[in-house]
Amino acid sequence: MTAPASLAERERPAAAAALDVDRLRESFPILDREVHGHPLVYLDNAASAQRPEVVIDAVSDCYRTYYANAHRGVHALSEQSTDAYEAARGKVARFIGAPSSGELVFTRGTTESLNLVARSCARPRLGEGDEVLLTGMEHHSNIVPWQLVCEETGARVRAAPVTDDGDLDLDELAEMIGERTKVVALAHVSNALGTVNDVAAVARLVRERSNAAVVVDGAQAVPHMEVDVSALGCDFYAFSGHKMYGPGGIGALWGRAELLASMPPYHGGGAMITRVTFERSEYTAPPHRFEAGTPAIAPAIGLGVAVSFLESVGLERIERHEQELLSHTLEQLNDLPWVRVLGHAPGAGSARAAVVSLVIDGSHPHDVATILDEQGIAIRAGHHCAQPLMEALGVPATVRVSFGMYNTHEEVDRLILGLHEVRRIFG
Amino acid sequence: MSDLRDLYQQVILDHYRAPRNFGPLEPVSSCAEGYNPLCGDKVKVYLRTDGERIEGLTFEGVGCAISTASASLMTEAVRGLERFEAEALLASFLALMTGDGEGANGVPLGKLEVLSGVKDYPVRIKCATLAWHALRAALQGGDAEAVSTE
Repeated sequence: MTAPASLAERERPAAAAALDVDRLRESFPILDREVHGHPLVYLDNAASAQRPEVVIDAVSDCYRTYYANAHRGVHALSEQSTDAYEAARGKVARFIGAPSSGELVFTRGTTESLNLVARSCARPRLGEGDEVLLTGMEHHSNIVPWQLVCEETGARVRAAPVTDDGDLDLDELAEMIGERTKVVALAHVSNALGTVNDVAAVARLVRERSNAAVVVDGAQAVPHMEVDVSALGCDFYAFSGHKMYGPGGIGALWGRAELLASMPPYHGGGAMITRVTFERSEYTAPPHRFEAGTPAIAPAIGLGVAVSFLESVGLERIERHEQELLSHTLEQLNDLPWVRVLGHAPGAGSARAAVVSLVIDGSHPHDVATILDEQGIAIRAGHHCAQPLMEALGVPATVRVSFGMYNTHEEVDRLILGLHEVRRIFG
Repeated sequence: MSDLRDLYQQVILDHYRAPRNFGPLEPVSSCAEGYNPLCGDKVKVYLRTDGERIEGLTFEGVGCAISTASASLMTEAVRGLERFEAEALLASFLALMTGDGEGANGVPLGKLEVLSGVKDYPVRIKCATLAWHALRAALQGGDAEAVSTE
């Protein structure tokens, strides 16, 4: 697991050599391209990462050589597809420390995973006056599904405050947990600020004070740090393939076996039943109960390959490399008095993943994005689907720079030059 | 893609830094809000008419250089026009932004031409047209809900 407070100072085994980024970049075909006559600098990884060739090939290979529907046919292709699909489930489950692959549900992504929990786990347990506790730094995908089930049940959504430095206020959060709290849902890593929340500590607080389910949005954590759901002590953990160098349209939900077993299906359809009559249907056991219809077979297989790729590079090396990029960026930004970085100062407060949200005096993030794009630099400008957080921090939008395993120090330097160009135009 | 200098011309930067006719208008005939959910940019326009004549037009809001400058230039261009002239100018401007030859009506845009560089940056066109959509809503009597670019 990742204990957030020790993110920077964790002891590293001496054997783990530094990442050979130049070689690693050769695995990602898209990184060769130019944008507006400049080599692409891709710093929008928190929105979606790029894929290594092995993932692209795995998806292509599935369609070219053995694709058929899974769990359906007795013919050779169906058997091969089923085996590959289920093998991918096993790999993804092991990757996040799930005790069993039966606890790993394939979904379309984090958003669907969170909707599944809200609908199938929370909704039947929620009643008038019950509470779903979120944090002030959640992505809209970890707000809206809860609002939807609360509107239907008379429960209400509350949000634990975020400090001015962008950290979760654990004392306030603890105060807000009570017997009416049925769900506590939070991001492992904030997509807008990079703040790493101490999920294990939150889970302990919840256990001491309530029977609430602890639901974690892990979309921004899984590609960047070792995640062990068993050690985190949560009940559900949701993440997306496309942010972890896998295909789009596939993601996963891990849930505790006993909780998944107690939940009604999310969607009805094929593959999630054992017997159907017009009077009633009997459902299969998890995880298939929650995978109605023909799944995204090739993307799931591609996700399994992305996991193997991440493991072969090494999460620890990735994390160390990205933390170096982060330090390099923050140091250089610190020299620019016209740049304000959101979140706490380096080394203070919670750990921070390799995400930097900033604003520039006298220029709007959208203009910054256009000027950087003209130089081949891709960043995100806007509210990052976290409007409540933007409001709390008093900014309408920010420029967000988010790193992946393949980014380099030279790219950070080009970003800084790009920001100088913004300054030159806007003065 | 064209040169950034075509996009961020001095006139645009000037109107961004010092927007004209910025703030609420009293008394006001109608007002309307424009909202771009993609970026969170918001603009509110205040319109005062005297019969068919547009006597006053102001705006306020938070936005990028393109949306702020476009709103500011719009208030300058539209004040004093007859309603039908304002509607024709609006159509002409939107046609310039979207490159819609059919919608072009030949109404000269004058100073607004400085925004023509925006059409080479498709994702920014909504920034430039935000205030104009709000103006159209205000000309139609204002609205209870914000006009969205989506």
